[in-house]
Parts: sequence; structure tokens; C-alpha cells
Amino acid sequence: MGMTLTSAARHPGRPARRAVASYRRRDKYIRFALPALLVVAAVIVFPWLYTLYMSVQEWQVGSDRVFVGLDNYANLLRDARFHAAVGRTLVYTVLAVTLPVVLGTVAAVFFHRDFPWRGFFRGIFVLPMMATPVAIALVWTMMFHPQLGVLNYLLSLVGLPPSLWVYAPDTVIPALVLVETWQWTPLVMLIVLGGLAAMPTEPLESAVVDGASPWRVLRDITLPLTLPFIMVAVVLRAIDALKAFDTIFAITQGGPGTASETINIYLYLQAFSFFRIGHASAVVVVFFLLIVALAVGLLLVRQRTKWA
Amino acid sequence: MGVASTALPRGQTVPLALRWRRLGRRLGFLCGLAVLLSPALFVFLWMLSLSLKPDVENTAFPPVFIPTSPTLDNFREVFATSPFALYGRNSFVVATAATLLSLLVGVPAGYGIAKAKAHGLAFVVLVSRMTPGLSYLIPWFMLFRALGLHNTLWALIITHLVIGLPITIWVMMGFFEDLHPELEEAALVDGGGIWAAFRDVALPLARPGMVVAAILAFIFSWNNFVFAVVLAGPDTRTLPVAVFNVLTFEQLAWGKLAAAALVVTLPVLLLTVLVQRQIVAGMTTGGMKG
Repeated sequence: MGMTLTSAARHPGRPARRAVASYRRRDKYIRFALPALLVVAAVIVFPWLYTLYMSVQEWQVGSDRVFVGLDNYANLLRDARFHAAVGRTLVYTVLAVTLPVVLGTVAAVFFHRDFPWRGFFRGIFVLPMMATPVAIALVWTMMFHPQLGVLNYLLSLVGLPPSLWVYAPDTVIPALVLVETWQWTPLVMLIVLGGLAAMPTEPLESAVVDGASPWRVLRDITLPLTLPFIMVAVVLRAIDALKAFDTIFAITQGGPGTASETINIYLYLQAFSFFRIGHASAVVVVFFLLIVALAVGLLLVRQRTKWA
Repeated sequence: MGVASTALPRGQTVPLALRWRRLGRRLGFLCGLAVLLSPALFVFLWMLSLSLKPDVENTAFPPVFIPTSPTLDNFREVFATSPFALYGRNSFVVATAATLLSLLVGVPAGYGIAKAKAHGLAFVVLVSRMTPGLSYLIPWFMLFRALGLHNTLWALIITHLVIGLPITIWVMMGFFEDLHPELEEAALVDGGGIWAAFRDVALPLARPGMVVAAILAFIFSWNNFVFAVVLAGPDTRTLPVAVFNVLTFEQLAWGKLAAAALVVTLPVLLLTVLVQRQIVAGMTTGGMKG
């Protein structure tokens, strides 16, 4: 490497010629991505084509495969259980975006200043995000236990009535959102922290010199400047909340009854419990379109309001 | 910026009052820190506490927080009653192989995409980030059956590329975009091709990025549940699937459940605390560009 550096000093390439050369080289650089493209084709594109193909077939494992056109989609639009799953997923997503984004932003403002052992404490704060979701789900299942669980004991300490948590239809979704919030607030914190670190310092300094209160600085300067990053966190969080599977499946498997059956759980049951492959493939397609629509929608909002 | 600088502008305060205020702010800061960290600490410490107690204490009410006579019996039972060591080995083999393959394929890809500014390709990676893992599983399930690969670790390694490869490409793209082009131009002028420029100049400089990508790919592959729950057979189960099975079969053996959960997630937690700086760097770039 030492040699190449000295030769760079000897032959400083002229900018114009360098631009032409690098333009010609552009195509060659694509070759570096070829192995990855092959993998993507095999592992990602093939499943997509196969799913599209299967979604117009009526096929239950063990029986013959019949072409049915768009029947699977039509059935899905009429399926009340699927409608309920979509509604539940949207409620879950709204909650599981809002709470982590608010709490994560607060945490980011806190971790943005310098204090001793900051890295270590930040490491502890991000642990929930890196921990194995199924293992965490298991611990929460025990904590949620209505009679013996530690959460109801903690509630009783502050004088609150016990809750049935994931064991009752009307509390199961908020309880699952609690787990999701616990798990993913750190990701929002890290993204917003990145935004705070990239923030220009001049407006902040002049505000402090003008004697603005810390609260006003936060509201009028810090938050508007970090809004693009918060918006990125919102989009990522929305995608991940729509796709949430591990903790929901491990804790409730969609129960009690179907009270926590989100689209992903519905999909799992249709595909791998009832083996309705054609039907499940149609669910995959609709589900993906829903995710894309939501992501695009959020990005449009972001552009409209000039948040980025 | 918060703690120290906001105290300065008001110069006329009496020193004693100032000292009190400083103490108050310090206390407020410590309270804030405690509030932020306690949810994470509570869950992990409770998991540890459950795993070290016999079930008489675990199901006592009010709960026993600090074990009166800590025991490792729960851990012994986990390893004695199920092939947990085998599952651990499976998890390690799958996560390691998937990470190495992701680096092998993803690092050059990140370089190519960054250099060619092929944002269309980057978009493909983004779509794979948005697709629910579950939706790949029907075709894979059929494919691996047809190929006779079901119940092999290969099936899992290949599918875990879906986790590791996008992370690797994303992180490496960021690193290679920040690289000064002059350094590689020098290698090109020296007569080496772009391959030499990549191997001799870009690759050594991007080593920190590769570390970040490898750590994240390994952790998320280790944690993955949904691919293995569908594709793994009795001998190829990974730890998350094994722990889920303990949950379904042993409803009230809390000590054993917690011990199993701890065995699965402890390696990842230790890794996170050890390399938190790299993880923070990786997740921040990944998040910003995702």
C-alpha cells in the first residue's frame, strides 16, 4: 500500500481524464455484484415468481393442483378472518410505531450528551434489540402469567389492579405491543442518535448564546433538524411492525382464539398448519403490496411536508 | 451539551444555591439513566434469577427476586433432557457459514454497487428488507423437498443468506462510498486492474466495515426463528426452535425455561456488550440508508 500511495503523488491524474475513465469503468464494477445477483435470483427472485404462480393455483398439499385464476384473491377479499387479521395488524403497527419512536427519541436526546461510561450504558440500552426474540418472548410469557407473573406483582406494588395481559382478547394486543416496544425502542434511539450527531452545531450554539431554555432549544431546533431521521425510524419501524412474527408466535400463536392473529400469523397457519399453498401464496402477495403501499405512503408524506 | 453549558449564563446565583442545583441536576440525570435502563435490566436479570432458582421459588407469590440458594440444576436439566448441545452446534455452524458466505458474496457486491452507483441494485436489497421472511418459506419448503435438502443444515445456511447478505451489502456500500477514490486510482495507474484495486486497496481499508457487517449478520442469523421452525428437522434444529419447543412442552417448569432462554441469548448479549461500538455504527448506517 505504501508503494501505491507514493505513485499516486507522482502521477496525479487529470480530473477530466479521470472522469471519462471512471465512466467507462462503471460497467466493469457491476461484475463485482454478479455473485450476489445470482444469490438474490436464486433465494429471493425465484420464491417471488413461484409465489405469484402458486397464487393462481388451487392447491392443498396432498391434492391435485388446479389453475383457478384470481379466485384465491377473490376468496381472500371475502374472508372475514383475513379482514380481522388486517385490522389487527394495522392497530398493532400504529401502536408499535408510535411508542418506540417517542421513547426512542427521548432516549436519543439523553444519550447524545457526554457522560462517563456512556458507551457501556448505551450498550446495555441496545441489548433488547440484539437479544434472541424467541428467548425474550419466553421470559415475557412467564412475566405475563396472571397469577404467578412478576408483572402483576409489580402492578400491585403501585396499587394497580392485576391484568390478564396476553391471556385475554382485549389486552393481548397492547401486551404484545409492550414487548415489541421494549425490544425495538433501541433501534429508534440509534437512528435518531445518528441524526443528532450529524446535526449542524451553529443554530444550537447561537440559541444557547441567546439564552434560550433547554426545552425551547429541543423543540425549535433539535427536533426539526432531526425530523428526517425520526421519519426514517418511522418507516423502518412500520415495515418491521407489519412483519412482526417471532414474539407474537412464540407468546400467543395468535390466541386467545384469534385475538392476536396478525396477517403474518394468519399466513403461517394457512401455509404450514392447513397447507393451503395457493391461498397462502395469495396472502403473501397482498401482504407485500400492503407493506409497499405503507412504505411509499410514508415516504410521500415525508416529501410533501419537506421533512427531508 | 445539556448538563454543563446551560448552567453557565446565570452568573449571579449564590454559590451554595448553585451547588444544590448542580446536585439536583446530577440526581435528575441518574434518575433518567435508571428509568431508561431499568426495563432492559429488569427483564434480563429476572431471566437470570428464574434460571438460578428451583421452581418452588420461581412460582412463589410474592416473587422471590434474589435466589436464596442459587443452583445450576436448571441448566443441567436443559442439557440432560434434550440435545441442546447439538442444537447449539447447529446454530453456530449455520450462523458462521451464513456469515462467511454473506461476506464472500456481499463485500464485492457492496463495492461494485458503490463504485458503479447502481442504485437500482440497492433498491433490490431494500425490497428484500421489506419482504416478510415468512413469504419466502413456501417456495423454499417445496424447493428443498424437491432437491432432497430438507432436514440438512445446508437448507438453513442458504436461507440465512437472506438475512446476512442485505446487511453486508448495505453496510459495505456505506463504507466504500466514503472511501477516497484517489487511493484506488493510484493502484489503477500502477497497472493493476480494478480487481487489484479492490483487493489491495479498498479491501484492507474496509476491514472495520467487514467486522461490523460480520457481527450483525452473525447475530441476526443466530436469532432467526422463522426459517428454522419451518425448514429444520429433528437433527437440524437451531437453538431458537429448541427453546420454542421447551416452551410448548413445559408450561410451568419456569427454571428450566429461563435456563434454556439464557443459554440461547447469552452469547449474543455478551457479544453486544463487548462490541457495542461496532454495533452502534452498523445499525446507524444501516438504519439511515435502509
